[in-house]
Amino acid sequence: MKVGVIVFPGSNCDRDMFHVLTDVFHLNTQYFWHEKGLPHDIDAVVLPGGFSYGDRLRAGVIAANSPVIDDVKKLANKGIPILGVCNGFQILVESNLLPGVLLKNDSLNFMCQWTNLIVKNNKTPFTNKLQLNQKIPIPIANGEGRYYADAQLMHDLKKHNQIVFTYENYVNGSLQQIAGICNEDGNIVGMMPHPERAAEGVINPLDNKPSSLIFESLIHTIGVKN
Amino acid sequence: MSLQKHETKYVKDTIKRKLTKTELQIVAAEWSEHCSYKSSKKHLKMLPTTGPNVILEKGYDSGVLDVGDSYVVTVHIESHNHPSAVEPFGGAATGVGGVIRDILSTGTRPIAILDGLRFGNIENDAHARWLFKNVVSGIADYGNCLGIPTIGGEVEFDDCYKNYALVDVAAIGYGKKDRLIKNHANKGDLVVLIGGPTGRDGIGGSQFASNSLESEDRSAVQIPDPFIEKLIIETILEARNEKCINAMKDLGGGGLSCAISETAESLGIGIELDVDSVHTRESGLSPDEIMISESQERMLIITCKEKLSKLKQICDKFGVTCSTIGHVKDDKMMHVKKGKNTLALLPAEFVARAPLLDRKKTKPKYLKQIKKENKAKKTLDYSKTILKLLSSPNISSKHWVFRQYDHEVGIRTVVKPGFDASVLRLDNGKFLSTKIDGNPKHCYLDPRQGAIGCFEEACRNVVCTGANPIGMVDHLQFGNPEDPEIFWTFMESLEGLTEYAKFLRIPCVGGKVSFYNETPLGPIKPTPLIGVLGIIDKTPFLPVPPNNGDYLIIIGKTRDELGGSEYFEYIHKFIGGICPSVDFKDSKINMLAVLSLIKNKLVKSVHDCSKGGFAIAVSELSIFGNIGCNIDINNMPFVKNLSSEKILFSESHSRYLLVIDQKNIIRVKQFLSKKKISFAVLGKFSGDQINITYKSKNLVKIIVDILRKRYFSGLEDLLKHG
Repeated sequence: MKVGVIVFPGSNCDRDMFHVLTDVFHLNTQYFWHEKGLPHDIDAVVLPGGFSYGDRLRAGVIAANSPVIDDVKKLANKGIPILGVCNGFQILVESNLLPGVLLKNDSLNFMCQWTNLIVKNNKTPFTNKLQLNQKIPIPIANGEGRYYADAQLMHDLKKHNQIVFTYENYVNGSLQQIAGICNEDGNIVGMMPHPERAAEGVINPLDNKPSSLIFESLIHTIGVKN
Repeated sequence: MSLQKHETKYVKDTIKRKLTKTELQIVAAEWSEHCSYKSSKKHLKMLPTTGPNVILEKGYDSGVLDVGDSYVVTVHIESHNHPSAVEPFGGAATGVGGVIRDILSTGTRPIAILDGLRFGNIENDAHARWLFKNVVSGIADYGNCLGIPTIGGEVEFDDCYKNYALVDVAAIGYGKKDRLIKNHANKGDLVVLIGGPTGRDGIGGSQFASNSLESEDRSAVQIPDPFIEKLIIETILEARNEKCINAMKDLGGGGLSCAISETAESLGIGIELDVDSVHTRESGLSPDEIMISESQERMLIITCKEKLSKLKQICDKFGVTCSTIGHVKDDKMMHVKKGKNTLALLPAEFVARAPLLDRKKTKPKYLKQIKKENKAKKTLDYSKTILKLLSSPNISSKHWVFRQYDHEVGIRTVVKPGFDASVLRLDNGKFLSTKIDGNPKHCYLDPRQGAIGCFEEACRNVVCTGANPIGMVDHLQFGNPEDPEIFWTFMESLEGLTEYAKFLRIPCVGGKVSFYNETPLGPIKPTPLIGVLGIIDKTPFLPVPPNNGDYLIIIGKTRDELGGSEYFEYIHKFIGGICPSVDFKDSKINMLAVLSLIKNKLVKSVHDCSKGGFAIAVSELSIFGNIGCNIDINNMPFVKNLSSEKILFSESHSRYLLVIDQKNIIRVKQFLSKKKISFAVLGKFSGDQINITYKSKNLVKIIVDILRKRYFSGLEDLLKHG
């Protein structure tokens, strides 16, 4: 079983994600520099956070147009689980793998703080070990994390159960307090908060179990035993 | 260009010919106060710089500490005051960039940033607010993009910084000891410049910083590009792994001039370079501009011929430009050419070592007046005073600042900003605790005691997390050193720091001196800033909020030391009185006692008692636990006949507040008595309000909820509404 972590110029949570996948959850993980193609036998792909291409033009837009995304699309079509965290989520949105847009936070500032997520869909490959409405203490760290969708899209998101996480409280002006969504098939999940920053007890001042379940869900999905 | 008379004479006597135009530019940049430390260098030698954990290597721009298990921690501190006062966003951002490259140049990965920021009075000065907001944005923009967490720091406002800004940035690196770059070079090695193109930004920046800020010389401010810096970090760490780097230096103040001459001098080599080989942002740059430009995000690397193609390959991978600009010779000369023409040919040692100065010092006249002015102040309603202090910009919560910084990236941050010191986990199972502290209000009244106080406060904060201090960095910021009164304050601070460092055996592993910090209204108050690093060997001490029934203990004596306190300055608008001084013996035994209690798991949390005094420290604990407390300060250890206002607000050092679980109180009391520590059990946490009584009289009664609201909204409200 193999998990790929894609690294773009400017990615900066790649090493954190790698550490959690390998050292904490013992997954066979490999980095993929953005110029490399992804192998066909990969079992899951993670797009980590950071500032790919220095957020030039718009967060995620340049990375979304890089060749490796074509490989991600092919894997996604095969139903392989894809997770985008923070900048990874922005890239998934910019590459149309996920619908909607991520706007500047309504504070107009970068925001780094702990929040609580509420699980709204526990059928995805990254949430199947979580309970519906379970609370996840987790930090956010972004400047452009305010999710926006027009009325039609919002209607569709609800219809297809695509809202995966919402914030428990008002955070940044996200529509319906959305923090994470998935595609219609449910195998592509994007989220602004950082599960890799919350999965270990020593750096999580509240409770690391719920965030751990995001990774354990993946393990459950791709069939690696603990 | 600013060569002084005696320097011109020295040039004439040594070189025995007229300098070329380019040589003059190079020398002027390198001999600026900023690069040469010509006023301070002689005196800085007094600081203790060695110790069992210190690793010294040639040409390092940052301090290296061995933290065991074949790992090292590197640390450095710098400021970017002049640029930030002119262009706060870019000035602060490039300040971060510069210090990060110093960490990188040892071959270690930067893992944390701390910043100390100082501005004028933001309550009544819109310009100060503008500077503050943009400095914070600049640091956030740069540090966040790099993915290096900004884990702590401090923010202070004082009228002495009107129309000015102090932006101090400390950075910490971490790496394997055997991967440190051991700077060396052999004849024939290649000199490579990697990173951003050289442009016209930052021309003469170091000289700009070595004068009073009279003109807003914008071209002297550098332009930040954190994306390139991030690529440089990854390029260099990969090149380090591939052993492509023999020696390395960051291009900072003085640009190429400084990097070339200092590298050649420290390694005892000669370097010949061709300015035409330097990749530039625009065409038509003159050779002199290329030599002194302070364009950011550039590193100088010395590599051997065989490794050049590998180095280029790594640079290509990350899209980082790299130019071979010269080669190493054995003649100890700095040789600058343009094609075949020689523009400068000087001994590297001559360039790198400016003639040092013996500045005059005289005790400032203001110091005599200040102490006389100490009159009794009108007694106020203490509850209202505490609320006012808690919501004041200097004391209220700084979450508006640190929430704009990514302080979690890197997944090392165990104790987050907002507490006493921040704590990072290291890969060898140990933990690193860090804090920076300054106190210009104290230092103004007594530069020696004030500086020692900053040092002790940083130590106290680190001790509060259960860490043993192992090293310090200092950043000494003063006005114009040509003024003997200012130079006296510099010397006093330096001597004080030296004395305390020697006493505690904490080596100074890095530092910086910044002079000419002058505002239109005069010099800033002496502002030494001290950073302390501590190590926790096993488990980090995570403070637990006080609960119903927990005891509050104070360790340390409260003295008649209201001078420079927030109470005098903010409440009474009074500058004067006697500032706190550190009793070395008490300082040490109190520190050891706290560390011992933490190690034996006898305390729930420890809080440093500093800004705002006891009244503020206890309020912060109540806010932390969201619980009230009932306290009697009758038994508090203090000097004779201390008035209640002094007990509440004096900022005496070496004091700690401890929260103790009921079940441990007897053991803690026994331990402290046995160690002959000055302490008192003051009362218990319970209810929803703080009650402080003295001689059976109720002095303070405040609902914690109100305290909390004021503490968290003080600074934020001020910035949201203007």
